[in-house]
Amino acid sequence: MTALPLDGVRILDLSGVWAGTFSTVLLADLGAEVLKQENQFVWQPNTRAVPGPRIPAAMTRSGPGWITGFPNGDPGERPWNYHPMFVSLYRNKRSFTLDIRRPEGKAMLGRLAAISDAVLENSAVGTMEKLGITWEWLREQREDIIFLRAPGYGLTGEYREARTMGAHLEGTMGHQILRGYAGGDPNTNSGIFAADYIAAAQIALALMMAIWHRNNTGRGQFIEMAQAENAAAMFAQAYLNYSLNGEVERAIGNRSIYAADGEAPCGVYPCRPAGDGGAETGDDRWIAITVTGDREWEALRGVMGDPDWARAPELATGEGRAARQDLLDERLAAWTVGFADMDLFARLQAAGVAAAPVLDSSRVLDNPHAQARGLYVPRELVREDIGVYRYPRPLYEFPDSQGGIRLPPVAFGQDNEYVYRELLGVGDEEYQRLTDEGHIATAFSDTL
Amino acid sequence: MTGPLNDVRVLDLTQHVAGPYATKLFADFGADVIKIERPGGDPSRRLGPYQGGTPHPEKSGTFFYFNTNKRSVVLDLKTDGGREAFWRLFDRADLVVESFRPGVLERLGVGWEAMHARRAEVPLVSISNFGQESPYRDYRGSDLVLYAFAGEMYSTGLLEREPVKMYGTAALVQSGSAAATAMMGALMAGRYQGAGQHVDFSIADSHLVGVDRRHATVMGHQFSGRKTLRSPGAAVGMLNGVFPCKDGWVDLQGGGPRFVRAREFLGHPEWMEDEKWDDPAIQMNADAIEEFNAWFYLWLSERTKREIWEAARKVRFLCGPLFTIDEVFADPNFRARGFWTLAQHEAMGEVELPGRPFLMSETPWELRRPAPLLGEHTAEVLAEAGYGADDIAALAAAGAAEARS
Repeated sequence: MTALPLDGVRILDLSGVWAGTFSTVLLADLGAEVLKQENQFVWQPNTRAVPGPRIPAAMTRSGPGWITGFPNGDPGERPWNYHPMFVSLYRNKRSFTLDIRRPEGKAMLGRLAAISDAVLENSAVGTMEKLGITWEWLREQREDIIFLRAPGYGLTGEYREARTMGAHLEGTMGHQILRGYAGGDPNTNSGIFAADYIAAAQIALALMMAIWHRNNTGRGQFIEMAQAENAAAMFAQAYLNYSLNGEVERAIGNRSIYAADGEAPCGVYPCRPAGDGGAETGDDRWIAITVTGDREWEALRGVMGDPDWARAPELATGEGRAARQDLLDERLAAWTVGFADMDLFARLQAAGVAAAPVLDSSRVLDNPHAQARGLYVPRELVREDIGVYRYPRPLYEFPDSQGGIRLPPVAFGQDNEYVYRELLGVGDEEYQRLTDEGHIATAFSDTL
Repeated sequence: MTGPLNDVRVLDLTQHVAGPYATKLFADFGADVIKIERPGGDPSRRLGPYQGGTPHPEKSGTFFYFNTNKRSVVLDLKTDGGREAFWRLFDRADLVVESFRPGVLERLGVGWEAMHARRAEVPLVSISNFGQESPYRDYRGSDLVLYAFAGEMYSTGLLEREPVKMYGTAALVQSGSAAATAMMGALMAGRYQGAGQHVDFSIADSHLVGVDRRHATVMGHQFSGRKTLRSPGAAVGMLNGVFPCKDGWVDLQGGGPRFVRAREFLGHPEWMEDEKWDDPAIQMNADAIEEFNAWFYLWLSERTKREIWEAARKVRFLCGPLFTIDEVFADPNFRARGFWTLAQHEAMGEVELPGRPFLMSETPWELRRPAPLLGEHTAEVLAEAGYGADDIAALAAAGAAEARS
């Protein structure tokens, strides 16, 4: 066994919401010691729970599982330690609390910065300025430190102070017009967090690149990510289509942007529902199919039993199929609806056709792929007695290193002892004083 | 000034979108990424949008975007000469990345065990649909199919319609970003510990446990037994949702605790003078919502998305105008910030494309060269590996390598 790649690297995490919180899970999974700073007097929205630190039990009895679904139907006294939307973003991290708005708190933060390799934050522009947590100040604590800031629109320009979540900045960059049903209004789209996640991965990447450079040269650096700009790669073909041809793309549903290159048909088609249910109970079933070329089209014809309509010579070429997608979608839907989705999945893949069921959240854990890959691992939380649930493991593993869930999702303030006593050498008396003054806590303040 | 990875050489055996995006991030930040293409090239050279609309392997917008700053070497790994050339390039590499179907690399005789036996410090990252070991390992994928199976597609769209995907290859690009972190980790383990490891990166896994909301809906179902069903972002309640306006749409979040600034946002209209709007509970009242929206939709219809966004910024509402692509291109803020960059390309001329994904003060992003022409650097790279001009000609004659003349 060898150490994980970021073993010995310490990250001081001042970030929040999805992009920041997910970025440091990636670093923690790679072996970094991530110290997440929290504050009992500051509620960061969409970081540990929605809508706030106190959640009435009545609210948790209905609504989408990922927003209001708590273990045992009980939000408990510390719902922020296991909110379903966020719990998976806290494995392998350490959490400590410190009120960095007070001078003493900021001084303590400086002492931690001095023993950290990198600091990151993704608050709205102005927040760090108000706290005086600047690149200059951090360099006074440690000369070769790395500092990454990731506000929505960057640190300059007329949008710099715009408040935004991933969904809004995706709108600004074009995604809400580019995705969704063909011809549908954008208010039929669901809010998604795509931009948060691409930014998260690249925050982690940027920090690792900066560490690589620091190890080579001894120099730290400052990194600025405008999350809106970072999202652009997801829409690259649409940008290039405008740049090269002046074409303004619009949503085309589930069809392929490569239809003219042979990727047709491409869509999501109905399968036999589970039992007597439908979409209202999550019992609707669908199969996604992408025909990637002529050979795959022939394979699909074979699975369908080569019906007359599919033998039409005009469907033999990608160009011909691309021009007849309405017909293909109609015929395919009429055929798929007679099958169970898992059955059709196996038949199509056995013939070499790219296809998969559209799995809902209840069907992931027992899926043979998820099981074989050990993607969800049974664990108990350290501080909360809610029972054993299966939590996601890191996205990928290093086979010669001890990876996985080394630490279960961290509770608020769980590592105060470690951070204050072991890292900062704080003695009993000072620890008690910091607790009395509210820096050290394991629950959000009742004043919130 | 050069990128942070200017001392790193990557052998890039990836194709299509996810792998090439991951290696593009390395190339754009200074790594010498040697893209080994099969004869005929990366299949993504045959994906649009093409300049002028007509298919041409050097005019693919997809290939152009995802392969900046790389060098192209054409080798036929099915030939002895091609494999020998691969090993000589391998001897000079810090990291290998591949996205063949599982088992193909071994069948070509250049698999992980052979690599590891030759130079134990060199890592390999394998990017595939379902991973190297899985009941589905040989299954085919596409952006749609992988997102359907592994991503949170089921709950996206309208309840009465089919689930609906993201744009184009967005799901693959998300996975490519995550794969780049695996590459960086592998590179560090190789350099600092002298331990090359084989990282099995599965695109499906990166969605099932990571990227976007999938893990949250899985946890929510475990906790509560409740599934996450499709629900659209259409306006619900006051000031929350996607709304039509004079020239398009805006995505707005000004309800809940932010609603106390609604009057300021709307410009203190007469109809909001009533004190009832100060009661937070009013936002839950169906009649009040109807009354509010009757005024609000009128207000929206008289204003552009830019005007609404400006008003939202002043009162710190979460908001995004739904720009169309031509509007993104024309936007002065992104131009002023240097978001766009220009490339000079031999086949396409001057092309504008999105540039840096983030700014590094000491080691900035740089467009050193556009996406390579097929085999543009075969001779150059083989010469660096010690091949003489005659050797290269012999390889070409044997069909083991193709150099652009």
